[in-house]
Amino acid sequence: MIRLPYLLFFSAVLFSAGVYGVLARRNAVLVLMSIELMLNAVNVNLVAFNAYLRDAALTGQVFALFVITVAAAEVGIGLAIVILIYRNRETINVDEVNLLKW
Amino acid sequence: MSVQEITFVIIAVIGGVSAVRMVTSRNVVHAALYLVVTLAMVGAVYLVVAAEFLAWVQVLIYVGAIVVLLLFSLMLTKAPIGRDTLDNQQRGLAALVGMGVLAGLAFLIQDSFGGSKPITLHQATTEQVGVTLFRGFVWPFEVVSVLLLAALVGAVVIARKDDPAGSRRGPDRRAPLRRGSEATRR
Repeated sequence: MIRLPYLLFFSAVLFSAGVYGVLARRNAVLVLMSIELMLNAVNVNLVAFNAYLRDAALTGQVFALFVITVAAAEVGIGLAIVILIYRNRETINVDEVNLLKW
Repeated sequence: MSVQEITFVIIAVIGGVSAVRMVTSRNVVHAALYLVVTLAMVGAVYLVVAAEFLAWVQVLIYVGAIVVLLLFSLMLTKAPIGRDTLDNQQRGLAALVGMGVLAGLAFLIQDSFGGSKPITLHQATTEQVGVTLFRGFVWPFEVVSVLLLAALVGAVVIARKDDPAGSRRGPDRRAPLRRGSEATRR
C-alpha cells in the first residue's frame, strides 16, 4: 500500500532539481546529467501511474523502458558532440560556445 | 503509514537530497557520484512499487553504463572544479524557476490526487513485461533498436578525429591504430 502523491512528489523534486541544473550549470556534461535526472523523474511518474491504474498490460513500464533506451541514445550523441566541441574550442562551457549567437 | 510508505520515504529523502546535491556540487566527479546515488534510489523506488524488471534495467543501463560514459567524458574534457567555473551567473534566477516548478507541481499533485486511495501493489513479473513488449510493442521495439544503431554510428562519426593526411595513406589497416596512440601521447 502506497499513496500516489508520495511517488509524484518525489518525481517532482527530481524534475525541479533537473530544471535548476539545466539552467544554472555552465559545464555541458553537467547539463546532460541534469537532463538524465529529468528523464528519470518522468519514468518514476510512468511507473507510478501504471501501478495506480492497475494496468495488467504494464504499458507504463514498457513506456519507461523506451524512455530509458532513447535516453541512452541521447546521452551517447550528446557526449560525442561535447567531446567534439572540446577538441575544437578547448572548452565545454555552454555560454562560451556562442558562434551562432546573434 | 504502511511498511512500503516508510521504506519509500527513506529512499525518497536520500534520492531527493542527493539530486539537489548533484546540481549544486562544486566538484564534477562528486556530482557524478551523487547522480549514481540518485539513480540507484530511483531503482529502489521501482522495487518498492514492485516493478522488478525495470529496477534491474535501471541499475544496468543508468548506474552501469550511462554514468560510466559521463565519467569518461568528464575525464576526457578535463573538467575544472569550482563554483564560478561550473555555474553561470543566473544561479538565483534558475533556483527561482526550479522552486516555482516544484511549487506548481506540488500544488497540482495535491489538488488532483491528494485524496486518492492508496495503491494496492501487484508484482509485475518480467514475463508480463516481455509479453506486453513483444505482443503490443513489437514495431516500436524494432524502431528503437534502429534508433540505437543510428545513435551508435552517429556518435562514432561525430567524435572521430578527422585526419585528411591519413586518408591519402591508402588502405593501411594499422594506420588508425598508430594515429590513436599518437593522440593519447599528446
